[in-house]
Amino acid sequence: MSFVDEFEIFQITAMRNPNEIVADALNAIHASPDLPNLEQVKAAYLGKSGQLTELLKSLGAMPADERKTAGARINEAKQAVEAALKDRREALQQAELERQLAAETLDVTLPGRGLARGGLHPVSRTLARIQALFRSIGFEVATGPEIETDFYNFTALNIPEDHPARAMHDTFYLQSGELLRTHTSPVQVRYMQTHQPPLRIIAPGRVYRCDSDVTHTPMFHQVEGLWVDESVSFADLKGVLADFMRNFFERDDLPVRFRPSFFPFTEPSAEMDIGCVMCGGEGCRVCSHTGWLEVLGCGMVHPNVFKHVDIDTERFVGFAFGLGVERLAMLRYGVDDLRLFFENDLRFLKQFN
Amino acid sequence: MQFPESWLRNLVNPALDTAQLAHVVTMAGLEVEALTPAAPPFSNVVVAEILSADKHPDADRLRVCQVDVGEASPITIVCGAPNAAAGLKVPCARPGAILPGIEIKVAKVRGVESFGMLCSTKELGLEGAADGLMVLPEDAPVGEDFRSWLNLDDTLITLKLTPNRADCLSMQGLAREVGAITGADVRLPQVRAVDTRIQDTVPVQVSASEACPLYLGRVVRGIDAQAPTPRWMAERLERSGIRPLLAPIDVTNYVLLELGQPMHAFALSRLNGGIEVRMARAGEQLELLNGQTAELAPDMLVIADASGPVALAGIMGGLPTSVERATVDVFLEAAFFTPTAIAGRARRLGLSTDSSHRFERGVDFGATRRALERATELLIDICGGQAGPITEAVATLPQRQPITLRLARLKRVAGIEMETDQVTRGLAALGAHVERQDDRLIVTPPSFRFDLTIEEDLIEEAVRLFGYDNIPAQPPAAPSRMLPQDETVLADDTLRQMLVDLDYQEVITYSFVDPAWETALDTDARPLPLANPIASQLSAMRTTLWGGLIETLRHNLNRQQERVRIFELGRVYTSQAKQPMKLGGLAYGDVLPEQWGASSRRVDFFDLKGDLERFFGHSLDTRRGTHSALHPGQSAEIWVDGQAVGWIGALHPRLVQAFDLPAVPMLFELDSQMLSQRDLPRHASLSRFPLVRRDLAFALDVHTPAGELLTALREVAPGSVQSIEVFDDYRGKGVAENQKSLAIRVVMQDTERTLTDQDVEDAVQKLVSAALRQCNAALRA
Repeated sequence: MSFVDEFEIFQITAMRNPNEIVADALNAIHASPDLPNLEQVKAAYLGKSGQLTELLKSLGAMPADERKTAGARINEAKQAVEAALKDRREALQQAELERQLAAETLDVTLPGRGLARGGLHPVSRTLARIQALFRSIGFEVATGPEIETDFYNFTALNIPEDHPARAMHDTFYLQSGELLRTHTSPVQVRYMQTHQPPLRIIAPGRVYRCDSDVTHTPMFHQVEGLWVDESVSFADLKGVLADFMRNFFERDDLPVRFRPSFFPFTEPSAEMDIGCVMCGGEGCRVCSHTGWLEVLGCGMVHPNVFKHVDIDTERFVGFAFGLGVERLAMLRYGVDDLRLFFENDLRFLKQFN
Repeated sequence: MQFPESWLRNLVNPALDTAQLAHVVTMAGLEVEALTPAAPPFSNVVVAEILSADKHPDADRLRVCQVDVGEASPITIVCGAPNAAAGLKVPCARPGAILPGIEIKVAKVRGVESFGMLCSTKELGLEGAADGLMVLPEDAPVGEDFRSWLNLDDTLITLKLTPNRADCLSMQGLAREVGAITGADVRLPQVRAVDTRIQDTVPVQVSASEACPLYLGRVVRGIDAQAPTPRWMAERLERSGIRPLLAPIDVTNYVLLELGQPMHAFALSRLNGGIEVRMARAGEQLELLNGQTAELAPDMLVIADASGPVALAGIMGGLPTSVERATVDVFLEAAFFTPTAIAGRARRLGLSTDSSHRFERGVDFGATRRALERATELLIDICGGQAGPITEAVATLPQRQPITLRLARLKRVAGIEMETDQVTRGLAALGAHVERQDDRLIVTPPSFRFDLTIEEDLIEEAVRLFGYDNIPAQPPAAPSRMLPQDETVLADDTLRQMLVDLDYQEVITYSFVDPAWETALDTDARPLPLANPIASQLSAMRTTLWGGLIETLRHNLNRQQERVRIFELGRVYTSQAKQPMKLGGLAYGDVLPEQWGASSRRVDFFDLKGDLERFFGHSLDTRRGTHSALHPGQSAEIWVDGQAVGWIGALHPRLVQAFDLPAVPMLFELDSQMLSQRDLPRHASLSRFPLVRRDLAFALDVHTPAGELLTALREVAPGSVQSIEVFDDYRGKGVAENQKSLAIRVVMQDTERTLTDQDVEDAVQKLVSAALRQCNAALRA
């Protein structure tokens, strides 16, 4: 039975049993398909001229003794209808919400939208790591020019003209007579010219050697380090560098060793080897089956270098070191071809993002 | 430097095996680069003589040989070598022998039983190829073990010597060093003075005595230059990497290796008059032993006779006066040339010889005569002949000054205390004279050490002999001071990270580029040329980062990468004084990576500009300008704080074509120093009064840039105006031809009070009249 029919019936009936009206109302409420319809049902029973409202109005015509009981019955009926309306309303609201949620449901497994993210070059990444480790023990970062003069690249570093050590540096010269620095060591000299000890710096940057084959690129990166103070010793040098290598490779048990070597700007000079990180010292192609990898050169600052920058060699001592960044990056990330760093193939670079 | 271990052990024989010896030497600073066996392993090979070689009854190419292996009766061996013949001495592998790759057994070869194998050098692994049996000299002892007869159980040691250790460029020097390191006894070669039998001399005059403080020479007559070099000498030369040539030359080379003294033998008959040691004269030439004709310079020292230079002193002898097979009389030279007089000359002539290598680093001036006597002795032993007296020209030789080594200084530099007796013994073992004076040692270095002149040199030697490994690695103690952190300067790493977050991949390209690219990108560029580039496309210093970025784009396009967004932070170079850091970027291909949820579109000028605005954190002051690399209608100069800091734009279509690119890349390049400056944030109080927005539309000429209108408006805006931004650029219906409509949103707010209608009206009026006055922009109805 539709609501309209019921309404018409009501017009004819003068006074009905409240229980019957409740029964009809509950039926209508339960059958109501949506919220606007439910509001109409509510009006038909509880509105200004709704059935129960009319019933209530008719109480005035009743004898006083019946009026009280009838009033209570009608009120009960009203409450029953209101409760049913509330339940139905909540149920319909819930159903509506569920429909909306179902309609709005996404395939959340599809990828997100927008830009991607780039990445740092592995050499930058390695440099940042080296800098962070040295900064953590108080080294500041210094830089210097890449087009250098003969004085800063050689003479001030105790490498005079025609010294055999110059043959170890395959130098690029500009037609103007200046050169491309062959190491980051000139930054030491420039820094000491403008700063008084105690000082503790690292100098990262590009360096150039006139050499190009499978294991050499004409440009690569070095980090120079320098610590000058009143009491800095060879034992300290060993301590700092062993600490660095173990932290860089995150290997507390990494074997290290120092071998006597020769650099004109340090004395005593040393090469530092670490146990091969590829084979664990067993011997492999990377370490030429020696179990050791040469990773940096270092030593105590030569007095002739101090003399060039007017530092009192009786009062101050210092140590310096220089390491190859690409070499450390190759060992750390397992890169087997140096040339990959400068080909800039995005497929290679993205492996480090 | 390469030498056989057996030779070293002959002079000093510490109780260490080969690997231990190599380790000890390496850890003392003489790095062992390689240990190579003299011969690959094989066993049971003896010296044999072929008694007869008859044709195999059933095979044309095989021979049945009777072979004497030093036993009671000969054995039968079937052999396929073409040179197998009776009377030859050859290596023979007996049954049970193991050769590289084969095991020898008794076997029937075409029906004849064979008891071993006659060997070629290839079968023994001595050489890569061979065309027959290895033929041994006639005096080879039949029956003797082949390996021990040729001393094949030997190891070739290759050292990587540092340039300061010239004294280790000889067996004598190495022996002395190994003795000092290990404490083993050293037996240096005994040299006796040869008896003088003739009185012939060549007069020697040294005109350049600073370059040549000592010159010794002697005549030896009546030698047989063709006499065979003894096998022991040839073997040592070969195992040291020197090919035996002719006995007199082999002798001088042997003395060079043994004692470290480079020597030269002239053919006496080819010398014209006396010897003069002098500087070369301009225009002089010399045909060298290697056939090269050297153009001599006035700073090159020469040995000359009356006709002109006959040898380039300390570097190489001349061809016309060289010893030949027929030479009978020789003039032997042993001299000391000052290192600075030799250094660099060979390299300038494109030469590097065993002699120049030693003289550049320093040859022992205290042992010149001994070397000459040694060479004379060996020459006469091998080639016969009679020696004349030694002619000597000596000037001022270097002096070894006593050096003070303070024990306290040693401790301070090393970081550990060493026993004084141990230090003294070590320095003495190196050949120094050491005297103790209280808290110091007075050390006089030997003549063969050119690298010991100051206290630090002695500290290094003391620490080296003590052992670097024995010095503790200690974490240094230093006062804890924080590093300064300038909050208004962005670190390079931060700049990089900001671009990474904007989806750019960092690249690192070479600082040298193709100069043609540079001038194509910037017609005003004058890239600095390299004097010695490795390739023409890497021959000039870059003046912009764009060349490397475009090259990287091309490289990746060739590898099917269709979307390329890259940046580089690095220097460009206009002179030694100007090498500024730049930040350059390139975006090419789709604005977004290919994805399901956004339609694809190629990156354009405003995408790149938006990236830079996000990078800077605010809108950019861009001004139109022309750059030869950029599209004239899609390029702008970027200004920060009243300074031009770089460029942004689309690559010029001319260059897109020249670089053969399928589409247009967007580029930017900025001065990184200007970028890294940021203001320290400063708080201003927030307004509690309502915001007022007014949208104004202006009609103006299409060619007037929006930036110009905005600047005009911002200049006159009262303090209550918070922002003035463009929110639409419209052309077409409703706007006159050659005109455009720019919609501007003005936001006003006062910090002190609520703005009245009159305030707003006044402000708008000011803006409208400025727009009309400055940009001829009329407010649209």
